[in-house]
Amino acid sequence: MELTLWTYEGPPHIGAMRIATSMKKLHYVLHAPQGDTYADLLFTMIERRGSRPPVTYTTFQARDLGGDTAELVKGHIKEAVDRFNPEALLVGESCTAELIQDQPGSLAKGMGFDIPIVSLELPAYSKKENWGGSETFYQIVRTLLKDHSKELKQTWQEEKRRPRVNLLGPTLLGFRCRDDVLEIQKLLGQYGIDVNVVAPLGASPADILRIPNADVNVCLYPEIAESTCIWLERNLNIPFTTTVPLGVGATQDFLKELHKVLEMEIPQSVNESNNSKLTWYSNSVDSNYLTGKRVFIFGDGTHALAAARIANEELGFKVVGLGTYSREMARKVRPAAKALGLEALITNDYLEVEDAIKETSPELVLGTQMERHSAKRLGIPCAVISTPMHVQDVPARYSPQMGWEGANVIFDDWVHPLMMGLEEHLIGMFKHDFEFVDGHQSHLGHLGGKGNQNTNKEAIKTNLQDSVITDGDPIWTHEGEKELSKIPFFVRGKVRRNTENYARQAGCREINEETLYDAKAHYKA
Amino acid sequence: MSGATLLKESGPKEVFCGLTSIVWLHRRMPDAFFLVVGSRTCAHLIQSAAGVMIFAEPRFGTAILEERDLAGLADAHDELNRVVKNLLARRPEIKTLFLVGSCPSEVIKIDLSRVAENLNIELKGQVTVLNYSGSGIETTFTQGEDGALKALIPLMPKSDQKKLLLVGTLANAVEDRLISIFNRLGIDNVESFPPRQSTELPSIGPETKVLLTQPYLTDTARELKNKGAEIIEAPFPLGVTGSTLWIQAAANSFGIDKSIIDSILNPLISRAKKALEPHVEKLSGKKLFLLPESQLEIPLARFLSNECGMEIVEIGTPYLNRDLMKAEIDLLPPDCRIVEGQHVEKQLDRVRDSSPDLVVCGMGLANPLEAEGISTKWSIEMVFSPIHGIDQASDLAELFSRPLRRHDILNPTKTLTSN
Ligand code: SF4
Ligand code: SF4
Repeated sequence: MELTLWTYEGPPHIGAMRIATSMKKLHYVLHAPQGDTYADLLFTMIERRGSRPPVTYTTFQARDLGGDTAELVKGHIKEAVDRFNPEALLVGESCTAELIQDQPGSLAKGMGFDIPIVSLELPAYSKKENWGGSETFYQIVRTLLKDHSKELKQTWQEEKRRPRVNLLGPTLLGFRCRDDVLEIQKLLGQYGIDVNVVAPLGASPADILRIPNADVNVCLYPEIAESTCIWLERNLNIPFTTTVPLGVGATQDFLKELHKVLEMEIPQSVNESNNSKLTWYSNSVDSNYLTGKRVFIFGDGTHALAAARIANEELGFKVVGLGTYSREMARKVRPAAKALGLEALITNDYLEVEDAIKETSPELVLGTQMERHSAKRLGIPCAVISTPMHVQDVPARYSPQMGWEGANVIFDDWVHPLMMGLEEHLIGMFKHDFEFVDGHQSHLGHLGGKGNQNTNKEAIKTNLQDSVITDGDPIWTHEGEKELSKIPFFVRGKVRRNTENYARQAGCREINEETLYDAKAHYKA
Repeated sequence: MSGATLLKESGPKEVFCGLTSIVWLHRRMPDAFFLVVGSRTCAHLIQSAAGVMIFAEPRFGTAILEERDLAGLADAHDELNRVVKNLLARRPEIKTLFLVGSCPSEVIKIDLSRVAENLNIELKGQVTVLNYSGSGIETTFTQGEDGALKALIPLMPKSDQKKLLLVGTLANAVEDRLISIFNRLGIDNVESFPPRQSTELPSIGPETKVLLTQPYLTDTARELKNKGAEIIEAPFPLGVTGSTLWIQAAANSFGIDKSIIDSILNPLISRAKKALEPHVEKLSGKKLFLLPESQLEIPLARFLSNECGMEIVEIGTPYLNRDLMKAEIDLLPPDCRIVEGQHVEKQLDRVRDSSPDLVVCGMGLANPLEAEGISTKWSIEMVFSPIHGIDQASDLAELFSRPLRRHDILNPTKTLTSN
């Protein structure tokens, strides 16, 4: 049993709904009690979709349980097929139906429909949303393509046509997927590469049947599409790319990887620095202030990994925390964190993430909507980079994350919560002016650093009390405190801890101004 | 009963389950905590329905059942014990802990009342542990409040005092206002249930007269009756008429003189009617379709047709309690179609066929209907907004006239299309 007050991912059937709703001419019969229909509002409200998800819930009740729920399921399946006339049917169950074991999938298969039926088994008590999405997509593709022969295809060169790729993985309720697809399509067009099928977003079962016509699969969202890409490679000889084009460097690498797999020559233009404004903006003098900004990153695996790379290599930030809620992605996130000298935070508990943010005292948080709230409480600026989705993450304007334009959007989205260089510079120069309060910062860090100040004052108090009790602990002198208060709030907590550690090691009973500088020299902080 | 046509329908539904009530109950009783014993779905439901992200530390959470909890029941009890103790260690300010049953916990038969009993013995004095079911196989939406209140009743102290007990969660401001009106009428001893602190339960006895503020409290009303209280029969306090009849019913049962009642209510009534006018102008003659969700559908339809001149196409209700709704149904215009239960697809077909001007519905259906050019109003807003009482009648009407006004501003002629 796990105690949660809030969760990053829904149950696995929500993942299945994301696939079903992303696709066309598909219907999903979900064996579930009435309350599970809340899921519709994720699509109709968060995504502001003007149509209901193509889902029929059986909405069984307690009084049905004594009787024949199997008949109820069959009735709903028949009605759904008659009413919606889908090209393929998904059949599955939510957590409650899993317990009563009606096996709606096999029931549906025994009903003699002449459309493909995809039976979903999504263990609700051990798996979560992204896993459910990935499994559903995989099962759809497998069911529809399992009889497709593995015959040797002709290459695009042999057929004397432009190369064709599939874009796999974008879904509804995925972070900016809709715009990413447009951006990547445009990007590939510039290099003479056609897009064959985009799936699941916008694809019908008939489109899935066309997947084998492509030369390469582009795995845009590994959380959703990786297992499908692996299957397509094994069974239909379609290779896939593994680089996700998020950020300038990753977009370059992606294009190189794709050209290589397609056996195309890598065009020089891939490396040009003016493909995205991010590169120049980041080099411009105004961005000097970004140097070494301490950033904490948490989100889904794909976006967290990409954010770490962009932050580190393209914006010159210092990544002080990196983690994901997605256990499936831990395998990739751990080494990435290690390469940055960190230990990856793999957790489903937002309070643990909040603690980690406090602990590392970053100057910017890149996280989910939940980290935005945590950061707001801590008075730290934040930009949202990942699901779970919030209505704010479905902007009306075009704002992809992938490709060159995506990099532009990322530059703006991440940098705006911070003060701009000139602004910060002026504040540095005039900080003794009475108008500037301690910890003044961007309007987006709502507490203006005051939250931290207060916590620090609290900490001072408790520290002093502690020092009375455990008399081995060093005590801050008035001068020491005064000097400490001049240190920017976002590193103050860390400096305090370091100095106290140093004082303890050095056997100082009191921490004054000098101890602070000694400690600073000691840690080269 | 009057001329309303009562129909039953079964099929796929589109309503929240009783867990959703937690969303307003936890705000009503800030010293209580609601721990759902359920699945990741249940956790996801309350967070999606509640917009929990806005709360730093919500006063509700979920003990999510995992694979191994399903395997052994005895273990599930131990596990729940462990989770509860963790929670209480972290939130020592909690005074009442509701263990809320869900579909999964009911299907695998976790005996929450036994867990609660054991915990009560162990934690005596620190916190009171109660249980009820909010499961979707047993309850819909507002029924969760019925369950929670029913669970509190055994803890209510006995009293022989003559008093008026308002039952059902109201917005604080509305409640204060209603109480002050009763005081002016000469009913001094007015209490409410649920109280604003879970530990300050009102007392109850043969001299307690109960006035229901919400129509979905079937079990609670029955239990209160079993405790000797008298349930005052009245329509519900929505709109000028409903609220007036509701207040009058209470005043009558306290033997207040008619002239006093009139002298206090009449000025309120004429003021409220005046305030209603602009909304009546907007709403009158417009077609209204209510899909089932909050149980407030019948009183709302009664208000919107009788006082605002709307034409009622259909009143959907998740279930129909004929006793509690009798006074309401009697006030409905004849030939009103009330449909109990739901077949959401057929119902939406009927919506489209009748092309109503306004549809009251759940959150999942609103945007798809808006995209078809039909204005909507979320049912869930009714349980959060201060809509009860004479003074609130125009605010209540405004909730319905606003979408029409907005639609007119934005789409003087065309209908919307969206993807
Ligand atoms: S319907 Fe049942 S399983 Fe679904 S959220 Fe409600 S209580 Fe949980
Ligand atoms: S804030 Fe987040 S959890 Fe809350 S309703 Fe919006 S998307 Fe859902």
